[in-house]
Amino acid sequence: MTSTIEPTRPPRRRDVLDDLESRKLPTSAARIVVGIALAVVVLGVVGGLGPAKSVVLGWLVTFALPLWSRVVEGSRKATDRLVTLLVCSAFGLALIPLASIVWTVVSKGAPILGSQFFTYSMRNVVGEGGGIYHALVGTLLITGAATVISVPIGLFTSIYLVEYGEGKRMASAIRFLVDVMTGIPSIVAGLFAYALFVLFFGEGVRMGIGGSVALSVLMIPVVVRACEEMLKLVPNELREAAFALGVPKWRTISKVVVPTALAGIVTGITLAIARVIGETAPLLIVAGYTDSVNFNLFDGRMATLPVFAYSSIRNPGVPPEFALDRAWGAALVLLLIVMLLNLIARLVSYLFSPKGEK
Amino acid sequence: MSTSTAPDARTKPVQRPGDRVFFGLSYGAALLILLTLAGVAIFLTVEGIPGITASPDEVKSGERFLPYVGPLVFGTLLAAVIAMIIAVPVAIGVALFISHYAPRRLGATFGYIIDLLAAVPSVVYGAWGIAFLAGQMVPIYQWLEDNLGFIPLFAGPASATGRTIFTVAIVLALMILPIVTAICREIFLQTPRLHQEAALALGATRWEMARLAIFPYARSGIVSAAMLGLGRALGETMAVAMVLSASGVVTFNLISPTNPSTIAANIALSFPEASGLSVNALIASGLVLFVITFVVNFAARAIVDRRKEFSGAN
Amino acid sequence: MKSTTLRKTAPAAAALTLLVGLSACGAGNEDSPSDGGSSDGVSGTLNGAGASSQEAAVAAWKAKFQSANPDATVNYDPSGSGAGREQLIAGGVQFAGSDSYLDEDELKQLKDKCASDVVEVPTYVSPIAVIFNLDGVKDLNLSPATVGAIFEGKITTWDDDAIKADNPDADLPSTKITPVHRSDDSGTTKNFTDYLDQASDGAWTGGAVETWPVKGGEAAEGTSGVVQAVTNGQGTIGYADESQAGELSKAAIKVGDDFVAPTTEAASKVLDSATPVEGRDATDLAVDVDRKSTEAGVYPVVLVSYQIACQTYSDEKVAELVKSWLSYVTSDEGQTASNETAGNAPLPADFASKVKTAVDTIKAAS
Repeated sequence: MTSTIEPTRPPRRRDVLDDLESRKLPTSAARIVVGIALAVVVLGVVGGLGPAKSVVLGWLVTFALPLWSRVVEGSRKATDRLVTLLVCSAFGLALIPLASIVWTVVSKGAPILGSQFFTYSMRNVVGEGGGIYHALVGTLLITGAATVISVPIGLFTSIYLVEYGEGKRMASAIRFLVDVMTGIPSIVAGLFAYALFVLFFGEGVRMGIGGSVALSVLMIPVVVRACEEMLKLVPNELREAAFALGVPKWRTISKVVVPTALAGIVTGITLAIARVIGETAPLLIVAGYTDSVNFNLFDGRMATLPVFAYSSIRNPGVPPEFALDRAWGAALVLLLIVMLLNLIARLVSYLFSPKGEK
Repeated sequence: MSTSTAPDARTKPVQRPGDRVFFGLSYGAALLILLTLAGVAIFLTVEGIPGITASPDEVKSGERFLPYVGPLVFGTLLAAVIAMIIAVPVAIGVALFISHYAPRRLGATFGYIIDLLAAVPSVVYGAWGIAFLAGQMVPIYQWLEDNLGFIPLFAGPASATGRTIFTVAIVLALMILPIVTAICREIFLQTPRLHQEAALALGATRWEMARLAIFPYARSGIVSAAMLGLGRALGETMAVAMVLSASGVVTFNLISPTNPSTIAANIALSFPEASGLSVNALIASGLVLFVITFVVNFAARAIVDRRKEFSGAN
Repeated sequence: MKSTTLRKTAPAAAALTLLVGLSACGAGNEDSPSDGGSSDGVSGTLNGAGASSQEAAVAAWKAKFQSANPDATVNYDPSGSGAGREQLIAGGVQFAGSDSYLDEDELKQLKDKCASDVVEVPTYVSPIAVIFNLDGVKDLNLSPATVGAIFEGKITTWDDDAIKADNPDADLPSTKITPVHRSDDSGTTKNFTDYLDQASDGAWTGGAVETWPVKGGEAAEGTSGVVQAVTNGQGTIGYADESQAGELSKAAIKVGDDFVAPTTEAASKVLDSATPVEGRDATDLAVDVDRKSTEAGVYPVVLVSYQIACQTYSDEKVAELVKSWLSYVTSDEGQTASNETAGNAPLPADFASKVKTAVDTIKAAS
């Protein structure tokens, strides 16, 4: 095949040498192709092809780059360029719908954000006005409690799996069961937590902490999986060095292994929180719903942002606009909370990670 | 500090109190997980069995349990599989882009944005799916029916509102994308730098470097991430319930208004008005979902374990 | 070292600030609860659960009721009729909202639980509109048999002879009909199918059920989902609470010889002609709506939703609370308040007085 493309080439040499000496595309090749693709998109839009079709067409044009590379540089470079193109397209493909979701939430939720929205509850509010203070308090408390329950359990379990459990049946069983646990549907977690609390407190129990337990059931497996993967990636050399210095195992783990993996662990925990903070079904069952502020996790119903948004969307009343605005506002606030959490997580991992090779 | 005394030279390894406590904590946490899972399993079984054995006229569906749950299982798997086919390759691509292809600063920013998206509540995904995505899909479905209608997948009639199982699968793919991407990205970033630099120094292209020095280390992590995503896709409730035009049939037709329902969505849709044995039947369907997750994970583990896992701690 | 101190204290300080900031103040619109019985009216917390159809109305009632009784708090979980009834029977809540009345079994269980009779009163009556979206057609008349055949999937185009017969003047296109139904189980579906079952002369064969019985067609979650699906599609037809139909066109339904549009007035009249369910106590006002009514101006496609409570409670305070809550809800004032924000049909005067008699019997167990 190659011979038909480059008939004048000298007999094949070893790949690497070939690579060093063979012809290359100009460094601006990628830029040229992308430029042409963009021009095609613009022309398509101007020519009345519609934005969606134009973008697809432009995207197809970019495949000229690997083809060109195949002709000039040979198959290895061409494959590399093709993969680069695919990776970048994957990113673009993912970004479009995700940007659309964020845009929907922000554009619909932003107008209502104001001081009243954050400081008022929905008690005695009908129609316009009111706010999410009660739901905000509920979400922070319930998710906070869930985190307090889940993170120690999850982190210690992953430590067991990585540091103590190597080769043991118990460890592989737990690893497997944690995977299974990720598949518990949220509504089942809610029913389970409710059944558990009914055992202790009798029928009709509604407690914020029940919601936390339900969320923990969903959250723990995510924490374990994320932490385990991160701990596994800590190089053995570090552990051995610590042992060689006579550091006890538990101090090696707490002072060397965990801090080394901290950035990843914190990301994992943030992800786990993000995973559960938007849950609706289990909270509706265990934590119930109320219009008023409740600070006590252990007594009575608590409103949360997702439940608030869900019930506002489902039964907006007449006219529906006010309730729908509040629902989008609540969704946006959820997003902001997670953004803040992410920032804090980054700060924590920046402050606590061992300095040095970055 | 108290623990910094030098270990004395006995043959038996020293057992410090700190070590014992630490091991106890780790072991206890692991046991607690076992206990929780056992609790959930017992709860599902005890509450579910009356629903499985209930006679057709005692439950609302008017069917025996297996014919009732069969189409739901089918729908659950169909939606989740399509979602995985869409999401996992894209997620790996995005993660690779963020960790190795994009400029560092840009990569960090994009990673941050992706993390955020894991937090969008499923209700919002659902609302977006109905309000935006479904509408966009209508002409595409129409085109598929007109041009590829001979393939059973696209037999039509095309949905007039776009709220089909394929739309649901796209929404599910978007929901699991952030979580899979985030974990893959962290794993790609943690793979040994030296190997990668060595590969590049030997003249490997970037793709060859990724194949030789990233993927072998990341394989088990990628599977884990995918399993997390699959778990979420199988169990997702609200978004599916809101978007899907569900009729409880078995069909591979992806674009018609008549779609199979999923277990989790069906629980959410039927639970509020259910009473008596119908509740038990719904919980039993939850048990079935639990078993499905069990089997799927078992299969995935078996595949991963065939290759020796990489671990810094082995 | 300086940096270590900072590292250790910063998160703690941040957490502390957050906690203090949170617990320092209640919501801007909530008064701090007064300690003594300084204000008149009832006090305490009343918990209810049940039908989500009533939620918007309950929100209105709650607001007014809590304003009148500042020491009282009413909570209502919109977890569904079935869940509400189960919770009430299990003793988890003090009242339940339900889109269908208690069946014999549940009634017996609840009587055991209450150790008294049961108070079951209609609180929320709402017309169910047949909504459609068809270019160029604003007004549509439909006979019950035609509606039944459309939703059963037997009439598939808008220019079908059966539809033409009811609308001689309308310019009907040959667009395909896409019927939209609820994908979740609901009282709305139950009442709608009950109407089709009784009034469509056999055109509808699915019976009166909460789960949509016909496989196929477009399904959507909740009233808002159906409204959205009908709005987004073309040639779509569905059923939804009249108050939530928004800009969509609503079909007039044939009653006797006339076609009646869905209005709250026409829906209110249904209760007057409804027959009480047999074998119930005086305080149990469960009714079967006469779907085949031929009376002029009656709109028989309505959702009748109840609130259910015990007749006696062991706690005097709770009894007081339930009694004044239900009294307010079924009062003229309460029904008007919910009509404004939820669009339900107020209880007709005759019926309301029967309800009042029933509610007045609620008392503490002696």
